[in-house]
Amino acid sequence: MYDLIVFLTLIALGYGFGQHAERKHFRSILEREKELKTLLCFSERRIPEQEVPVQGQLVSGSVVISIDYFKQFVAGLRNLFGGRVTAYESLLERARREAILRMKEQARDLGADSVWNVRLETAAISQGAQRQQVGSMEVMAYGTALIRKT
Amino acid sequence: MILTNIETVPGKTIVKHLGLVNGNTVRAKHAGKDLLAGLKNIVGGELKAYTELLQESRDEATQRMIEQANAVGANAVVNVRYSTSSVSAGAAELFAYGTAVVVE
Repeated sequence: MYDLIVFLTLIALGYGFGQHAERKHFRSILEREKELKTLLCFSERRIPEQEVPVQGQLVSGSVVISIDYFKQFVAGLRNLFGGRVTAYESLLERARREAILRMKEQARDLGADSVWNVRLETAAISQGAQRQQVGSMEVMAYGTALIRKT
Repeated sequence: MILTNIETVPGKTIVKHLGLVNGNTVRAKHAGKDLLAGLKNIVGGELKAYTELLQESRDEATQRMIEQANAVGANAVVNVRYSTSSVSAGAAELFAYGTAVVVE
């Protein structure tokens, strides 16, 4: 009985804070994406011929993001029936977009106007802690920022 | 030292290839931070302590790669790649590698 109360409290806490945090995060992501719209990212590795002298530099951005208790529970249920695990989809989407944004911010600070050969790396950390499978994800984005020398 | 993750250095020409250079670091999590991260696992969101820890480690791996490149007399590293692997529960290896070159 006592265990059940603790469990339900954790679920409620996870749902309340988790949803709020996610909405807040998506809002901030959208806002910053709009701000950095002019800085373009390409996964293309060949840079077209430039007319002005240019300079390249490696930029990167990373984020570690954790899932909440409620979503973890929902994902666990989903594992029984199979299908899309939307709980993890939104987690990874947030992490990827945030990592790209951080990379873009670094590029902007260097005065770059585009980033080339963008690569994304995903790693699951805190594996094996308790019995959870994926507690948190790390996403890293890196690329070569192209700076025009004027 | 110029780092890029494409085959060339924009605006410069490669005059000499000096071979592969790499740098790695293995980091374990801090017990206190782990406890906080466990709490954060209930409500979700970004684990700032981990983000910083991994960023620091990656900078260190990159620094080691740069040192190695300096030792062979390079002034740039092209085609830089990063990789992460978990060695055991609670420890991660961060690895950076690339090709050391001389550019003009």
